[in-house]
Amino acid sequence: MVRLMLWRIASAIPVMLIVATIVFVLLRLSPGDPAAVIAGDTAGPEVIARVRAELGLDRSIPVQYLTWIGELARGNLGVSILSKQPVLAQIKDRLEPTLVLAFSAMVITILFAVPLGAIAAWRHNSWIDRAVMALSVVGFSVPVFMTGYILILCLSIWADILPVQGYVSPASDPLGAVSHLILPSLSLALLFMALIARVTRSSVLEILGEDFIRTARAKGGNNSRILWRHALPNAAVPIITVIGLGVALLISGVVVTESVFNLPGVGRLTIDAILARDYPVVQGLIMFFALIYVGVNMLIDIACAFVDPRVRL
Amino acid sequence: MTAIEQEYVPPVRPQSFIRRLFSSRPVAISAAILIVIVLVSVFAGIVTGSQPFQIRPRMRLHAPNAMFRFGSDALGRDVFSLVLFGGRLSLLVGFFVALVSAVFGTLLGLIAGYFRIIDGVVMRIMDGIMAIPGVLFAVALVSLVGPRLGTIVAAISFSEIPRVTRLVRSVVLTVREEAYVKAAESMGIPTPLVLFRHILPSCIAPLIVQTTYIFAAAILLEAVLGFLGVGFPPDIPTWGNVLAEGRAVFQRGPWTIIAPGLFLAVTVMAVNILGDGLRDRLDPKLSRNAKVAA
Repeated sequence: MVRLMLWRIASAIPVMLIVATIVFVLLRLSPGDPAAVIAGDTAGPEVIARVRAELGLDRSIPVQYLTWIGELARGNLGVSILSKQPVLAQIKDRLEPTLVLAFSAMVITILFAVPLGAIAAWRHNSWIDRAVMALSVVGFSVPVFMTGYILILCLSIWADILPVQGYVSPASDPLGAVSHLILPSLSLALLFMALIARVTRSSVLEILGEDFIRTARAKGGNNSRILWRHALPNAAVPIITVIGLGVALLISGVVVTESVFNLPGVGRLTIDAILARDYPVVQGLIMFFALIYVGVNMLIDIACAFVDPRVRL
Repeated sequence: MTAIEQEYVPPVRPQSFIRRLFSSRPVAISAAILIVIVLVSVFAGIVTGSQPFQIRPRMRLHAPNAMFRFGSDALGRDVFSLVLFGGRLSLLVGFFVALVSAVFGTLLGLIAGYFRIIDGVVMRIMDGIMAIPGVLFAVALVSLVGPRLGTIVAAISFSEIPRVTRLVRSVVLTVREEAYVKAAESMGIPTPLVLFRHILPSCIAPLIVQTTYIFAAAILLEAVLGFLGVGFPPDIPTWGNVLAEGRAVFQRGPWTIIAPGLFLAVTVMAVNILGDGLRDRLDPKLSRNAKVAA
């Protein structure tokens, strides 16, 4: 078990190294001089030269690369050109809305999608199965911002029961926070639910065909007990794995949802940084999101080993 | 033992693939919807009449009516025309992304699956690409290099390539152990020929299914780029750009968001359903999980 954990942690390092390399190359892909791009169209040559020195772009490419990797290894994600603040401090300032949003979307998803998927598998080919599958195709196809705007239109503008946009911290006003959170987390959750319900269904369906389920039935086991106690736990590993892979979906969704609902989170920070051409921040944020993805999946692999002894082999 | 009388058995004509595919009603409907959307996009000029993007300041944000079937936007332009013309570029992006990521992903997958020495390196790189959120990478690249068709296609394809690579690699890993591949190798057939003539055909069926899903994902991602304001220049209509323009006036003119969003969602849904149909017919073993995990 310890060996598996160590192995999993060690294997995350080359992946992060590759992400760092891709991000490094990305900034140097721009046609012409990135310093000029960052400094803006109106900047004179001395300003461009200063930006270049600030970014270390006046040094040779290998030196730049090693500096970048070295700083990352020490946990330094870089410094913003515009605000002169370290990227990590900026992330810290904006993390709360993002975490709250992602967490509530995740909770909604697991609370609804897993039971729905399991019931769809149990009542295979019934109307409820078809309804769940149809909903999941819809959830997969409707873009997150569409869901968001339709929800705003129906519940905030026409029905006028929920606030349109904005963010209230749960620490200052719990009730206001919940009312501001319902729509964004719902629109983010719909996409995620489509994914999880589908995987739960196919995974449970496969387990329901196993011999031990037939045995449980033959012994006269209670139907719902067979589904929730025998089938679902054995179907858990693929579901948990996909929840981990779905974090990529969740991150992309968070970026869009924060833009739709005007939430001051890390996703908005990223888009603002990109539009303002604050490239050190963009680099740092991509590294940050990649680290989250790799980290979550690492934890999930380890969790799977706990849940299912077969994985440990 | 002169003539053995045999009862005549009429040959069983296998049902054509197309017929079997469209025997499922959702698949047939999706295909019909897709054909209609492609046709109205291609012939948008004929459908919408003259001066499709005329700016009419005095007719801003009209609700859908006889003149503006989907209403008018903040500049008084006809949303119906914008959406139909917008479909052209959106569909084109989807098509090219599917093509580019299928080609590169297949090449990488063949190499990774066949040459075990390179496998580890290629797959770690794919893991790295998958760890980068596709939206962020595309937004960053497009804003850096400039919003041209080639850039946008490259930016979206980049994060889709690992899906294809992993799929093709997994097929290669099983097929390369088959006797006919071993036979081809031992006959001294050059490796590229073994790869393309003997191994690649086994990848085609799952590849077609995967490419369909990528087409859908690419259309969505292009819309997200436009929506976030880094897609094609704002004066070029794409579904994403029309959506982006609608954002500011959404409360007064919801049709500016709903019309392009509906077209987008229906197209993506039709492509996804078509992909599911293809999967069920081409490769029943390939479950929906493969799409998700890849």
